[in-house]
Amino acid sequence: MPTVHFTANLSRLTSAPVASVDGATVGLVLECVFSRHPQLRGYVLDDQGAVRRHVVVFVDGAAVQDRVGLSDAVRPDSEIYVMQALSGG
Amino acid sequence: MANEVLIGTRKGLFVIQRKLGLWRIERTSFSGAPVSMVLSDPRDGRWYAAVEHGHYGTKLHVSEDCGATWSEVACPAYPPKPEGTPDVLCPMRRKPVPWSLEKIWSLEAGGSSEPGTLWCGTIPGGLFRSADSGRTWELNRPLWDMPERGKWFGGGYDWPGIHSILVDPLDSQHLLISVSCGGVWETLDGGGAWRLVGQGLVADYMPPELAGDPAVQDPHRVVHCRAVPSRAWLQHHSGIFRSDDGGVTWHRMTSVKPDFGFVVVAHPTDPETAWFVPGIKDDERIPKDGAMSVWRTRDGGATFESLRFGLPQEHAYHLVYRHAMDVSPDGNTLVMGSTTGSLWVSDDGGDSWERISAELPPVYCVRMA
Repeated sequence: MPTVHFTANLSRLTSAPVASVDGATVGLVLECVFSRHPQLRGYVLDDQGAVRRHVVVFVDGAAVQDRVGLSDAVRPDSEIYVMQALSGG
Repeated sequence: MANEVLIGTRKGLFVIQRKLGLWRIERTSFSGAPVSMVLSDPRDGRWYAAVEHGHYGTKLHVSEDCGATWSEVACPAYPPKPEGTPDVLCPMRRKPVPWSLEKIWSLEAGGSSEPGTLWCGTIPGGLFRSADSGRTWELNRPLWDMPERGKWFGGGYDWPGIHSILVDPLDSQHLLISVSCGGVWETLDGGGAWRLVGQGLVADYMPPELAGDPAVQDPHRVVHCRAVPSRAWLQHHSGIFRSDDGGVTWHRMTSVKPDFGFVVVAHPTDPETAWFVPGIKDDERIPKDGAMSVWRTRDGGATFESLRFGLPQEHAYHLVYRHAMDVSPDGNTLVMGSTTGSLWVSDDGGDSWERISAELPPVYCVRMA
């Protein structure tokens, strides 16, 4: 089951614990997390569901390619990190 | 006499209070985060704060205990862009205006007949309404879908935005909103239909044949006299204007120089009185000669007094943003904050000023509680 980690800076603002959830793409995995923590969605995705401009998502060490459709594939043992992009700060 | 003020800054929300005649910073909230807008709802006492997280977007918080505790409520969000909807391009940069919240730039309580109704103006140009004190929000599609929005462009920001929302004290359905840069708009039916007003405004930054187009105007801030809302004041990128018909037509005030600035505050009961904070236009944006001053007119804009007592007069490079000045209901107490972190209070209508702090972060907005 893929594991999702969120930057500790997010935990100051809203509930963002480490989560192990099902899903074959970044979008499906994040949807699963957001179903448990609805407020978290708006911190990671913009109004149209794309990754926020100054947020970056890594899957197994590589920044995701599809920041709009969130279609990058995820393996069952993938480690996903949702981090701040330094462009925003 | 006003005794409590909310101050939104680049690095948090500050609340100042006057006790035994002395103003002090009593409370800080959201330390380190930009607070772009605050509102104290006079109808129910709720406070609202728009908090911008550089990475995670803008969030809206509400307090029901005068700032002691805050909770996050829903933030205005643009609906999914319907498939096949053509992009509206910024006319200057030819880039599509996003359907995504960039900034809460204005937040106002609805009329007294509509408890719980809030209006929120945003960058990139959407107006939102909540009927339930911020629990849910809806984009006003009639305005968003006006074809003239294709003429709007950003002023100081990448995208256009709504910074002024005037609710007619006599009619909750009558609103006047202002867009930088997109002119002045009026609705008579609570946002069901809009018309572009603003005849008489002049945009010196456009080619001559476009300077009078109401849809390309950059009204930095628009306010009205609450007791006489037909009297409105407008600090434009290109000067100071007055309206005698609620913002439909405007007259340029020619007796005042410099006439560049961002903020204007109208006296709540005297339609002849308003305050402005001037700067050298528009490529410098600093006080003339490095000396801070406030313009006050008390005769409807025929003449302007330069108020300086208590304000720094040497090497002072303060700019007062469009929401960074407010006036008490009796028109006597004024508060203003600057981009370089000074905060002043006047209790005599601007004749004299006392600096409460010179150490604040850059000030975005001040509101009497």
